[in-house]
Amino acid sequence: MSGAPNPLRVAIIGAGPAAFYAADHILKQSSSAEVDMFDRLPTPFGLVRHGVAPDHQKIKSVVKGFAAVATSPRFRFYGNVEFGRDVDLAGLARHYHQVLFATGAQTDRRMNIPGEDLAGSYPATEFVAWYNGHPAYRDEAFDLQTPAAVVVGVGNVAIDVARMLSLEEHELAATDMARHAVAALARSQVRDVYVLGRRGPAQAAFTTPELKELSELPNVDLVIDPAEAALDALSAAELERANDPVLRRKVELIQSLATRPPAGRPRRLHLRFLVSPEALIDDGHGRVAAVRLARNELVGSETGSLSAKPTGATETIAAGIVFRSVGYRGVPLPGVPFDTRWGVVANVAGRVCSPETHELVPGLYTAGWIKRGPSGVIGTNKADAVETVHAMLADAEAGLTLDPAQPTAAAADEYVRRCCARPVSFADWQRLDALEVEAGARAGCPRVKFASVASMLAALAGEGGPAGN
Amino acid sequence: MKLENVLAVKGSRIETCALTDTVRDVIAHLKAANVGALVVVDGGRPVGIISERDIARAVDGESNVPSLPVQSLMTREVVFGAPGDDVAAVLDTMTANHFRHLPVVLDGELVGIVTTGDLVRAELDTLRGHVVTLEDQVMAGGGE
Repeated sequence: MSGAPNPLRVAIIGAGPAAFYAADHILKQSSSAEVDMFDRLPTPFGLVRHGVAPDHQKIKSVVKGFAAVATSPRFRFYGNVEFGRDVDLAGLARHYHQVLFATGAQTDRRMNIPGEDLAGSYPATEFVAWYNGHPAYRDEAFDLQTPAAVVVGVGNVAIDVARMLSLEEHELAATDMARHAVAALARSQVRDVYVLGRRGPAQAAFTTPELKELSELPNVDLVIDPAEAALDALSAAELERANDPVLRRKVELIQSLATRPPAGRPRRLHLRFLVSPEALIDDGHGRVAAVRLARNELVGSETGSLSAKPTGATETIAAGIVFRSVGYRGVPLPGVPFDTRWGVVANVAGRVCSPETHELVPGLYTAGWIKRGPSGVIGTNKADAVETVHAMLADAEAGLTLDPAQPTAAAADEYVRRCCARPVSFADWQRLDALEVEAGARAGCPRVKFASVASMLAALAGEGGPAGN
Repeated sequence: MKLENVLAVKGSRIETCALTDTVRDVIAHLKAANVGALVVVDGGRPVGIISERDIARAVDGESNVPSLPVQSLMTREVVFGAPGDDVAAVLDTMTANHFRHLPVVLDGELVGIVTTGDLVRAELDTLRGHVVTLEDQVMAGGGE
């Protein structure tokens, strides 16, 4: 077999940034390729819709470019169709020459400490998915009737969670946060949020703009202990050597905020450094009552990287709810080779391979976090997806594809409709989008999200809108 | 960004050789695998590293280098990385101390090897990702 199939038919599993960047590049590079994109949710855009914080609308504007991709007559969206539940690899292989997996990193890492599974201890991503209206988390009940919350981690997700826990009802209501979450957070008793960084200010993963945003919240005193903000000798030397103005500015801002006297605002956000949770403490009824922290010092390794080492000193913070945000991990997909050590689909530059022998699996590809692990920002997925698409088009040119029996758009559509009662098209999504934006205009926010699949399908059937779902 | 992010992209494949292999074997192996260094293992344990640079240095004034055993010219003071090490710090250290290959160990087990090239690429990808993100926002005319 040689020469590219015409038209090359590609299935993309997942509809987040990596999926759209890949679709865009395929459609631009090939004048005949056809792309069908599948998502288990009726709504596209992955973490842009369900991960990016509701008060960060500017970051969400990237979806305008993704929506432009969907206007191609060679692109179809099949929402509400789950790989492994509705469609499978054998079925897709009958209708597509290539299948690209871009399903993201769908689970959290654990802290592996005693008490982690007590009631009141959650992965931060569940909270994020809940407040962003992810249908699978609509019915989560986070008990916020506690004066203090702890967020473990100092990455952007941790900072988002801390900010959402600290905003007032009117501030939340002005965002596109799911209405059930706005209502629950409005009743929240949490007034003190502790954000815990294992290492020091020079190693914190959050960015300077994220910190600045925290420092400007009108009803929140940002509390930083000047002793924890001071750099130890190793960090000072690292900062000197790195000569990185971005890092230097972040450290300077942390140290300057540490000297700011509290203004007596109704809420406090405590940004802590050099502490690690050692155990979550049971209130006697299976719920979190407190977090025991180990104080850390930094030690240098021979690679120059600094790591946290407990000093032996401990302290306890009373808190009734704990969110861990210590990293993500990919979830294996049925029938797709997985590298369990790094939590990614096993691949070489986007071509799926055996994790043991590295032998390539023809016709299967991967992009985004499930390809490279959870690193980078939204835009990092562009170059990542382009790398994979180069491999796909080169392989197609060489005739190295799946060998589908019925490689037509009509046969694929028939297959999908046989497997799923109500696939949601991009035009359907645009109707949902318009309803959400309309409801948002009435409510004074960017959009009111549908927060259940049933309410979306009902709206598409002409029954009801996003409010009150 | 951490070394584990780099290894998730690169994989855990590590090219190794034995103490008693000859330099000739090593050269053939380096060429076949298209890499610049092999980790020297003894009884499954990493005990050294041998790179193109070690061989180039040994060749100076020596004619029988290809038949020498690896253990006579390998680097024994190997720096090992951990998956949680910060890429930026490691890259600084490798640049300052002039070594280009870093085996990565987790609980005593070799889990990968990174080169300065891998780390530069990782840093570059991160920075380019920020540029794309910001450009996309500007192109979309994203307002608050």
